[in-house]
Amino acid sequence: MEETTAAAGIRRLAEVAVGDALPAKTIHVDRARLVQYAGASLDRNRIHWDETFAKSVGLPDVIAHGMFTMGAAVTVVTEWVGDAGRVIEYGTRFTRPVVVPYEAGADIEVAGVVKAVDAETGRVTVELTATASGDKVLGRALAVARLD
Amino acid sequence: MPVNADFQGRTYPPTQPYGVSAAKIREFAEAVGSSDPVHTDPTVARERGYADVIAPPTFAVLIAQQCDAQLIADPEAGIDFSRVVHGEQKFVHHRPLTAGDSVVGTLHVDTVREAGGHAMVTTRTELATEGGEPVCTATSTIVIRGAE
Repeated sequence: MEETTAAAGIRRLAEVAVGDALPAKTIHVDRARLVQYAGASLDRNRIHWDETFAKSVGLPDVIAHGMFTMGAAVTVVTEWVGDAGRVIEYGTRFTRPVVVPYEAGADIEVAGVVKAVDAETGRVTVELTATASGDKVLGRALAVARLD
Repeated sequence: MPVNADFQGRTYPPTQPYGVSAAKIREFAEAVGSSDPVHTDPTVARERGYADVIAPPTFAVLIAQQCDAQLIADPEAGIDFSRVVHGEQKFVHHRPLTAGDSVVGTLHVDTVREAGGHAMVTTRTELATEGGEPVCTATSTIVIRGAE
């Protein structure tokens, strides 16, 4: 009973193969979202919400927290797996900032593909790609989920 | 002032405990758009085998950055925060951060190096419960942009 409940909606190792594409997603980010993330994460650096300050330190405009992009992008993996607690490793490089203009905000396109499956340990490695305005914003973004 | 290379290899004493709350987990999950009920519904979390609601995969940054502040705020380290850019981030979860955890972080300065006029500092924060159970290893590389 416990087993059945626990497994409901959670992806099984046997369903997964190298090359599988995860459902892609567009994440919209605007200033309100960045203020929300600043409060939630306690990262209140002004470059993420104060346009005047951001420009004064040489940025084109307000930029999203790299950690916002990293945290939002991994939902592609957690939604595909069906349990956020099964993501046991996650790392990335921040290659380009996501510039967030006042009016339009920005769209981050996130996709994922299965790069490795270890049948022994149940480790499934997914590579994520994230682009904004045609620029790759995350580099070598790899998430490892443990599946049964 | 250049970044102080003598800080490489330094380890700081464990921080004061950080209490992981269900409210902060919910706030963080909403901010990154993670709709998995495992972050907000204790019944769902327990059905999946967790003690209580669990944090999204990047929540640990909130605690790790408080640990990193010990280094960044240290005048001897020579880090100009206004020139800091986040270069890389990685999490290895030994188990999910769970509401009710009381977590201490131990900050290690793994490498300090110069490249192309910039300084790069890699820190590693080992998060563990007050009882000593390892929870997460968070590794971060910051880039301190050189003066033009």
